Amino acid sequence: MRIICPIKRVPDTAADKKIDATDNTVDRDGSEPVLNANDEWSIEEAMRIKERDGAEVIVLCMGPEAAQTTIRKALSYGLDGAIHVNDEGVAGSDAVGTARVLAAALADEEFDLIIMGNQSSDARTMLVPAMLAEFLDLPALTYAKKLDVADGTATVQREMPSGHQVVEAPLPAVVSVVEAINEPRYPSFKGIMAAKSKPVATPDLAALGVDAGEVGLGGAWTQVDEITPKPPKEAGEKVSDDGSGNLGAQAVAEFLTKQKLL
Amino acid sequence: MSDVHLTDEQRQLLDLVGDVARERFAPRAAEDEAKSRFPRDALAHLGSLDLAGLPFGSEHGGGGQPYGVYLRVLEEVARAHVVVALSLSVHTLATWAVASYAGDALAAEVLPRLTAGEWLGAYCLSEEGSGSDAAALTTRAEREGEVYVLNGTKAWVTHAGEADCYVVMVRTGEHKSRGVSTLLVPADTPGISFPPRERKMGMAASPTGQVVFTDARVPVANRLGDEGEGFRIALAALDGGRLGIAACAVGLAQCALDHAVGYAGQRQQFGRPIGQFQGVAFMLADMATGVEAARALYREAAARRDAGEPHGQHASMAKLFATDTAMRVTTDAVQVYGGYGYTTDYPVERLMREAKVMQIFEGTNQIQRVVISRGLLGSCSAATTA
Ligand SMILES: Cc1cc2nc3c(=O)[nH]c(=O)nc-3n(C[C@H](O)[C@H](O)[C@H](O)COP(=O)(O)OP(=O)(O)OC[C@H]3O[C@@H](n4cnc5c(N)ncnc54)[C@H](O)[C@@H]3O)c2cc1C
Repeated sequence: MRIICPIKRVPDTAADKKIDATDNTVDRDGSEPVLNANDEWSIEEAMRIKERDGAEVIVLCMGPEAAQTTIRKALSYGLDGAIHVNDEGVAGSDAVGTARVLAAALADEEFDLIIMGNQSSDARTMLVPAMLAEFLDLPALTYAKKLDVADGTATVQREMPSGHQVVEAPLPAVVSVVEAINEPRYPSFKGIMAAKSKPVATPDLAALGVDAGEVGLGGAWTQVDEITPKPPKEAGEKVSDDGSGNLGAQAVAEFLTKQKLL
Repeated sequence: MSDVHLTDEQRQLLDLVGDVARERFAPRAAEDEAKSRFPRDALAHLGSLDLAGLPFGSEHGGGGQPYGVYLRVLEEVARAHVVVALSLSVHTLATWAVASYAGDALAAEVLPRLTAGEWLGAYCLSEEGSGSDAAALTTRAEREGEVYVLNGTKAWVTHAGEADCYVVMVRTGEHKSRGVSTLLVPADTPGISFPPRERKMGMAASPTGQVVFTDARVPVANRLGDEGEGFRIALAALDGGRLGIAACAVGLAQCALDHAVGYAGQRQQFGRPIGQFQGVAFMLADMATGVEAARALYREAAARRDAGEPHGQHASMAKLFATDTAMRVTTDAVQVYGGYGYTTDYPVERLMREAKVMQIFEGTNQIQRVVISRGLLGSCSAATTA
């Protein structure tokens, strides 16, 4: 079994997101970049399959030179190697451009499964997994909160607002995962030490045969025209209770009824 | 404090430890203490991440890291949960004696378990009648062929009843210090027993108690070093142990400082945050300066140790200064919190109780001064203990 884990280097979500005013893209120098949180779940899921059935797990990352640190971080969880599409031409790619590059990077790779986070914490379009499947002409099992792989078939519980669907597809397939799927591990110290000697291939766009005009900010099908920051939270309603009766509880119940939450 | 000379992997190691400490250890510290619950599973977790044997060689499963890096890890853990850090420090103290003095067969058998955190170690020097005057110990080991037969009672043992093996200083000869030997005693040795643990002012989550030997038979092959070398081993181990306590104290003091700074920015009196009153702000400035100085001192001592230079005096200075600083900083943190700080609803009173014992164990701070002044004065020293 060979599993591909696409990962992304994103600004730290704990820090305030900053937007580059000139082109309305996320300012990636604005805060210390980290491994996208959802990718920790996909890596964990791949590692569990590796530990259970044996598998080679490969990181795939499109990003600048500095994404090396994010790739090493991913490898420190015990993955086997990486493909780093490192080309200045990909900067500013939208979801289509990103999926196009990732698909090109996998064109000559053999694999059984692609497991990826359902979204990145910076742009949150949630589009790339399905688009990648489309470019590769593979089935897409998205929003998986449970994944089983057996006898050449992937079966997922697909998270829905009102429960879940059970969906299956023959391998190879693309699976995108949500938070509920697992609790990711921490990397071990030996994993950190081993990560630096794992092989990392670094193809550029030309090596992948991608037309630079189709990706990057210039090749983007979508363009962000305007950005409006979320209005600041309105001051909440304070309920005080002096402890002498159930006045507080009553006020809270009335509030919830008014909001149609009760 | 800058960490310019760390490698990328060491930085990642410290990030990892910071994440684990913040996410897994800090949230449980108060409850472990309230329930006197020893966080053995936290140690096992550190072991599963290869963090239980950092300063030991990779040939026995260790992390091959300089002592300075291991101490930074301890500080980071102590900042979140000082009992976990203390436990790792005592475990390392015991493991060091095994790694440095066990014969090949014994080392091959037990070291991988210790460095993996699968086994927990303990260090037994003190007795009821011999604390600061540690060489006056009376627990006897009589040799009968290829075994020692142990009788006596060790006191104040951190991890008593919880450890998987005990590094025990025993009397094998009449000379006060040169009549001491060191044995590694597995916890399942018949004749070893554990009376109920001490009830303490703080660090209730850390088990402290007696270890009683009644005709306990220990193979001679379990001796660490030569017969009569035990007291020297005990003191050499403490050089490293005291640095561990210094790093734990810095982490604890940093934790108190973090809380105090946060509180001073929020608590309003006279219409403004109390941190805007110079009387409070200067207290915070002094606390921060003490923490940073203590950190510099343990790191300097560790640098000497890692360079293979004598460092016993510096380890004592670091232990003395860092634990006195932790006592002062945690006491001041309670002051910053006012009446709230004196209640168990806030963490700072616990930190203050935890700081106190650090001035006492692994050599009281008076004994650290004995060590330091003896280094200065040599044989002219007035101090005569041990
Ligand atoms: C929570 C806890 C955990 C511990 N864990 C361990 C452990 O894992 N292993 C272990 O072996 N021990 C352990 N100890 C024991 C600890 O190291 C001793 O308590 C310490 O060495 C002091 O010994 P004592 O309590 O007998 O005090 P004493 O030696 O009786 O000292 C009493 C007072 O006299 C002072 N004093 C004594 N001699 C001198 C002198 N020459 N000059 C100036 N002042 C002096 C001391 O500083 C102290 O203030 C632990 C203790 C505690 C409280």
